[in-house]
Amino acid sequence: MIAESIAQQFKTIVGQDNAWTDAADLHTYAYDAAVVEPVRPGIVVRPTTTEALGKAVRLCNDHRLPLTVRGAGTNLSGGTVPLENGVVIVTNGLKSILEINEADMYAVVQPGVVTAKLAAAVETKGLFYPPDPGSQAVSTIGGNVAENAGGLRGLKYGVTRDYVMGLSFFDVEGNLVKSGSRTVKCATGYNLTGLMVGSEGTLGVFAEIILKLIPLPAHRKAMMAVFESLEKASEAVAAIIADRIVPATLEFLDNFTIRAVEDFSKAGLPVDAAAMLLVEVDGHAAQVEEDAARVEALCRAMGASEVRLARDAAERDRVWAARRAALSALAQLKPTLVLEDATVPRSRIPAMVAAIQAIAKRYALTIGTFGHAGDGNLHPTILTDKRDRAEWERVERAINDIFDAALDMGGTLSGEHGTGLAKSRYLEKETSAGTILFSSRIKRAMDPNNILNPGKIIAAKV
Amino acid sequence: MEELARLMRELEDQLAVCMRCGMCQSVCPVFDQTGREADVARGKLALLSGLMDHLFEDPEGVYQRLNKCLLCGSCAANCPSGVSVQEIFLKARAILTGFMGLSPAKRLILKGMLAKPAVFDRLSEWGARFQGIFSRPVNDIVGTSCARVMSPLIADRHFRPLARVPFHRQVPSLDRPAGSSGLKVAVFTGCLIDKLFPKIAHSTIRVLEHLGVGVYLPENQGCCGIPALSSGDLGTFHKLLAHNLERFADGEFDYLVTACATCTSTIHEVWPKMADERHREAASRLARRTLDINRFLVAEAGLDPRSDRAADPRTVTYHDPCHLKKSLKVFVEPRAVIAAAPGCRLVEMAQPDWCCGMGGSFNLQYYEISKGIGQQKAAQIQATGADTLATGCPACMIQISDMLSQAGAAVAVRHPVELYAQALDE
Repeated sequence: MIAESIAQQFKTIVGQDNAWTDAADLHTYAYDAAVVEPVRPGIVVRPTTTEALGKAVRLCNDHRLPLTVRGAGTNLSGGTVPLENGVVIVTNGLKSILEINEADMYAVVQPGVVTAKLAAAVETKGLFYPPDPGSQAVSTIGGNVAENAGGLRGLKYGVTRDYVMGLSFFDVEGNLVKSGSRTVKCATGYNLTGLMVGSEGTLGVFAEIILKLIPLPAHRKAMMAVFESLEKASEAVAAIIADRIVPATLEFLDNFTIRAVEDFSKAGLPVDAAAMLLVEVDGHAAQVEEDAARVEALCRAMGASEVRLARDAAERDRVWAARRAALSALAQLKPTLVLEDATVPRSRIPAMVAAIQAIAKRYALTIGTFGHAGDGNLHPTILTDKRDRAEWERVERAINDIFDAALDMGGTLSGEHGTGLAKSRYLEKETSAGTILFSSRIKRAMDPNNILNPGKIIAAKV
Repeated sequence: MEELARLMRELEDQLAVCMRCGMCQSVCPVFDQTGREADVARGKLALLSGLMDHLFEDPEGVYQRLNKCLLCGSCAANCPSGVSVQEIFLKARAILTGFMGLSPAKRLILKGMLAKPAVFDRLSEWGARFQGIFSRPVNDIVGTSCARVMSPLIADRHFRPLARVPFHRQVPSLDRPAGSSGLKVAVFTGCLIDKLFPKIAHSTIRVLEHLGVGVYLPENQGCCGIPALSSGDLGTFHKLLAHNLERFADGEFDYLVTACATCTSTIHEVWPKMADERHREAASRLARRTLDINRFLVAEAGLDPRSDRAADPRTVTYHDPCHLKKSLKVFVEPRAVIAAAPGCRLVEMAQPDWCCGMGGSFNLQYYEISKGIGQQKAAQIQATGADTLATGCPACMIQISDMLSQAGAAVAVRHPVELYAQALDE
C-alpha cells in the first residue's frame, strides 16, 4: 500500500475523484493484454491537465515510487504491467486533439487520444494518419509512440516512428523537455524524439505529440489470392516487390488460420489452401487500376490457384473481414492466446513459416500464423490454456525457439509489440552486451532513481 | 471467503475466455464517460477472476463495481473472444447478492412488489391516481412531466407519467383465432408498456388484427424478471418465470411476441440460461418461439407498406435498443416497419446503436453517468432534424424522453408499431 499522506498529495494534484487506492480498483490496473503475471500497483492516478501530469511525475520521483504510464492497456509485451505498490498514471483523461493543421499537414495531440479517433478526425479533412495497429479502436497515440506500434500498412507507409515530427515530455523531475518541430525539417538539438519513440515509458512521460499527416489516397483496390503451397505464396510476394509495386497492405494467412476463420465466419474461404495473400494497392485511380492488374497477373504467374479482385466497397470489406477475423477466430479456440511478432527480412518468410511449423510439431502445440508478409512481420499465434502447467512450459520453450529462429535469419524479436517485460531477457541475444550497457547508461542518466517503468526493455537485475 | 471463491469457480471456464485484449473499451458507454478500467467489461472480469483466485479480498468492492454496468451487451457483441459477458455478470450478481444479501430497499421493491404481480398492479394504479399532485407537465410534444417540488427520487428528471388506466385494465385478456394469415401469436405485454405506454400495446393488437393474426393475451401477466435478476435476486426471478410460464402454458399460438426489446431479449436469451432445473425445458421451448414484434411483422406476417396513404408527413430517426441490435441482431425490421408506415421518412442519426444510457436501475443509481450518455444521444437525435424519434424499447423511450425534454427539444417519441398503427385508424 501507498502511505496515506502520499496518496493525499496525488489527490491534491489530480483531484479527489481521479486517484484510486481501493484494492478492487488497483486490481484492474494490474495487467495489460500480454500473457504475464498481474502485479498490483499502490495507486492509480488520472491527470486531466498537462500541468497535473508533470506534477504527478515529479511526486513519484520525490518519493522514489516506480511509475508506469498506461494508455488503453493493450500492450502485448507487458510494458504496462506496473510494479508492486508502484504508481500507474492513466492518460485517458488527456484526450484532446489540440490541432489539425491542413495547410502544414500535421496534428498535435495529447497522449490519451485514441488512434482510430484521430485517424477518423483527419480523414474528414482529406488527410491520412496511416499507422493502424490491431488495437487502434482503443489504443492511444501515447502508447503507440511509446511502443513504436506498427500495423498493416508498414510496407508502404512505415510505422508510428515515421509520423512523429516532434514531442514534448516530462523528464523524471517534472521538467518539460521539447524536441522536434511543426516543420518538415528541423536540425536543432539532439534528436530526442528518436530516442523517446519506442522508449516504453522508461525515459520520460509524454505531454504532447506532433504527428505528420499525408494526403488521403484517392483510390484503393483489394484482392485475395489463394495458393497451394507456402513457397508459391512467398514467390508471389517477392515477385510483386521485384516488379517495384509497393502495396499498402500485403497480408498472409496460413492454412490453420484460414480454417479457423472459415469455421468462425463461414465466409466461403478455401479451407484446403496452404496460404492466402490479401493485397491492397492505393493511390491515384489510374495507377491503382494498373498496379492491381499487375499484382493479379503476378499472382497467377506464380501459381495462384485463384485470385479474387474486389469490385466494389462491399467486396473490399469482405476481403478484409477475413483478415480482421483472424485473431478472433483463433481466440475462440483456446482460452489463452500468445500473439508473437518475431520479424524477419521479408525474403525469409517461407523459411520462417516452415520453422514455426517445425516448432509447433516439436512441442506438440497449436500455432496459427498470419501477418504482414510485405514487411516480414509474422504473428505466430500459440493457442493454449495457461492453466495447463505442462503445456505452458512447452509454450515457453517454443517462444524461445521462435526467437532463435528469427534471429538466425537476421530478424528481430519484435516487429511492433515492443520489448516490455516479455522480451527483455532476450534483448542481448539480438544485440550485444555493449548495447545493453549503453542503454543502461542512458537510462541511469535520465532516471537516476530508476523509477520510470523499471524492468521494461532492460531486464531487472535479479 | 473460501466459500465465495468456491461459488465463483462455477464461472471459471467462462471467465478464462477473456484474454484481456481491452477491445471492449471502444464500445462501453459507461467507460466512455468515466475512463475507469473497473467500469469496462475487461476490468469487471478481472475482478471476478481475482476474487476466484484469492488475489485480493474485497467482495463488497467487486459487487459495487459489478453493479455499475448497463448490461447493454455492447462489449459482448464486439468481443473478439466471444466472452458471454452478460451471462457471467448476471450469475456473478446472483452469487454476490447471495453472499452479501440484498439491500433493504431492493428487498422491498423486488420481493415485496415485483414478485407479486397483483400487488405491483395495485400500487402503480394508486401511483397513477396521485402523480398529478407531485408532478406537472413540462414538454407536451415529448410528453414528459417533472417534479412540482424538490424530490430526491425524481431529481431533475423529466419523466413519462404513469398511464391513467394501465393496459391490463383496458384489455384484461384476449383469445382470438388466427385470421387470414393463418397465424396466431401470444402477446407478452411487459410492465413498462402496461403501466406507462398502453398505446403501444393497443397498437400491437391493432396491427396484428389488421394482418389477420390471432391473439392470445392471458390475464395477470408478471414482469419478465430482468430487474430482479440484474439485482442478483434469483429467487424473485424464478418466481416470476414460473408465474409467466404458467400464464402462457394453456394458450395455443405459433409465436410469443413482445413490443419491448428488453422483455424479448430476456425471454429469448436469459430465461433458458437462468431458469431453475424444473422450468428449464418449458422456458427453452417458449424462448425458441419468442420474437420481437417488428421482426414478427416483417419476417412472418408480411407487413404491407402503407406509405401511399395520406398522412401527416413525419421525419423519423430510429434508435437501436441494445437488447434488439446487440442481443438479438434485430435492426433491419424496425426500420422496415417505419418505412411501411404512412408519411414516414427515415433519417439515420450518427451512432444509432450507441446505448441511450438507461439500463434500468443503473439510471437510478448512477444518474449523472446515465445522463451524460443520454445527452449525447439526444444531441445526435436533434442533429438529424427529425420530428419523431422511434425506438423498439419502452425503457429507451423513458430515457430519451427525459433527455430530449431537458434539452427543450420538440421531438415526439414513439414505438415503430405506433407509427404504423396510426394509419389504420385514420
